[in-house]
Amino acid sequence: MSDVQPAVALDIYRRVLNIRRFEEEVGRLFTAGELPGVVHLYIGEEAVAAGVCAALRDDDYVTSTHRGHGHVLAKGGDLNRTMAEIFGKETGYCRGKGGSQHIADFSIGMLGACGIVGGGMPIATGAGLSIKLRKTDQVSVAFFGDGAANEGSFHESLNLASAMTLPVIFVCENNQYGEFTPARDTMNIEDIAVRAGGYGMPGHIVDGTDALEVHAVVNQAVTRARNGEGPTLIEAKTHRRGGHAEGEEAFLAGQTYRLPEEEEMARLRDPLLILHERILHEGVADAHALENIEQETTRRVADAVTFARESPWPAEESVLEDTWA
Amino acid sequence: MPRKASVDAIREALRSEMQRDESVVVMGEDVKLAVFAGTRWLHREFGDERVINTPISELAVAGAGIGAAATGIRPVIDLMFGTFLYLALDQIANQAGAMRYMFGGQTKLPLVFMTVNGSGISAGHHHSQPMHPLFMNMPLIKVIVPSTPYDAKGLLITAIRDDNPVLFLSPLALGSLRGEVPDETYTIPLGEAAIRREGDDVTICTVGAMSRRCMEAARTLAKEGIECEVIDLRTLKPWDKACLLRSVRKTGRFVAVDESFPVCGAASEWAATVAEKAFQHLRAPVQRVSNLDVPLPFSPVLESAAVPTTERIVDAVRRCMQAEPA
Repeated sequence: MSDVQPAVALDIYRRVLNIRRFEEEVGRLFTAGELPGVVHLYIGEEAVAAGVCAALRDDDYVTSTHRGHGHVLAKGGDLNRTMAEIFGKETGYCRGKGGSQHIADFSIGMLGACGIVGGGMPIATGAGLSIKLRKTDQVSVAFFGDGAANEGSFHESLNLASAMTLPVIFVCENNQYGEFTPARDTMNIEDIAVRAGGYGMPGHIVDGTDALEVHAVVNQAVTRARNGEGPTLIEAKTHRRGGHAEGEEAFLAGQTYRLPEEEEMARLRDPLLILHERILHEGVADAHALENIEQETTRRVADAVTFARESPWPAEESVLEDTWA
Repeated sequence: MPRKASVDAIREALRSEMQRDESVVVMGEDVKLAVFAGTRWLHREFGDERVINTPISELAVAGAGIGAAATGIRPVIDLMFGTFLYLALDQIANQAGAMRYMFGGQTKLPLVFMTVNGSGISAGHHHSQPMHPLFMNMPLIKVIVPSTPYDAKGLLITAIRDDNPVLFLSPLALGSLRGEVPDETYTIPLGEAAIRREGDDVTICTVGAMSRRCMEAARTLAKEGIECEVIDLRTLKPWDKACLLRSVRKTGRFVAVDESFPVCGAASEWAATVAEKAFQHLRAPVQRVSNLDVPLPFSPVLESAAVPTTERIVDAVRRCMQAEPA
């Protein structure tokens, strides 16, 4: 059992719940046809973003993935502006130019979600370089998936960060599928964390469905990075509750790809339930307090939907704005 | 005025900006030893922290430049040969060029990618390709191809001070060419062409190493009484449309000379622009002189046949002069 302060546990709980209720709503809105484009939901993986970001400061950096809503919210992103961006509205984080896969909030060190698998890793490494050059004690986190661990950007980023002793934490969210293909079919190793050894950095495996465990492991890596001791690779074993993308049934044409036992595990290892149970069991808070958080979260998500719906579309002329600085 | 080689002009530009702004850092493979000498000796003055030898790892180095640029550093990434840019393309095309726009203007990316460009030293296809058209085709990336040491210094200083991603592609063929370069710091605005020679009969538009070849062609043609106006664009994006169109409206004839592959090369863009904006002033069909559509061969004889030669430029101008208006 990790030694967690009650305030920290509740902070993490709020982040997990925030993401869960937000993503459930995004899923409903997508199904209802209210959202343009495509969305990749973070449901099932909330413990990773929440556990990691609770160990970070506002001035620390993160880069994210195509499945990035959870990282934005966990880092402290605004629900309204996130939802409005997913709607493609002017009030969104990127004024409707980024959308679901390209949300950023530089004011809280969220350097961007990324539609290219592994694409955020070199950027997080560069933020780490910047930290080293500016001689601050910030850290930089690259979130990525199991699929990205087979990209050149993974290997180049780990090597560069290690060779230069950069304060970067590479957080692999191993949800066991690269799009529709099981990770076990695309790499001949069980644990991605072992690749850390090839680059001369520590590699840790953590139960990515337990936010408090994630938080504990990340704290060690953050301390190491802030002390100038270099990067860490953390593999958080987790599960994707839903598919790769919402609405994927349309092109699956009746095919299935999830392994039944894995899908069952995804249901059992629900990060929200696990954390809820641990908080009650360990007497961090009572059911009433958690219910209050639930109500507050649900209301804030509903407000975000209203905000996004009522926000204006971007003016057509803005297509030529935000070009050269 | 002192005469200096391009690489010395480049070193002076880097030194000037590193002295002026301590957030400027230079990084890349062997930037200390410096194969092309532009970054050589800088580490002695600015230290290993600001002159950083990196692994041969173009994708991560380019991405690291982006991440650093987004968080308070002004990196100059030296990727050595232009063709190595292909290894960094994901980060340049998907991220560097797009981040500011894609994130609704939240960030600036003061970032320079520096390589040599094009052929001329029998380096073979993997070290000789013209890279500029590829990046002209990417939104919001600035592209510079200087043709003189003077321009190299002034344009590189401007590029480093620019808050956007800039590609500084220095012609490989001009590495040892010397020219007048003032010792002091100066800037040259991006998007401002240089008229290398005035003339009333034909406009030749070019960039980089071909600038000298166009001047040779113009001198040959002058002996026949054909006066060429030679425009060296210096920067391909943004580029000086107004200068080109003014000239074509005056001469009524246009030859686009570019050391790049012919399909969708820089010459194609200039020709299309002239066709759109100055068609009624044309007295002859537009001519393009580009590389042949083959990989860059090794043998000096073949290599020089693959790129625009003075003879091909002269022939194109003559074709223009012989064409009668319909």
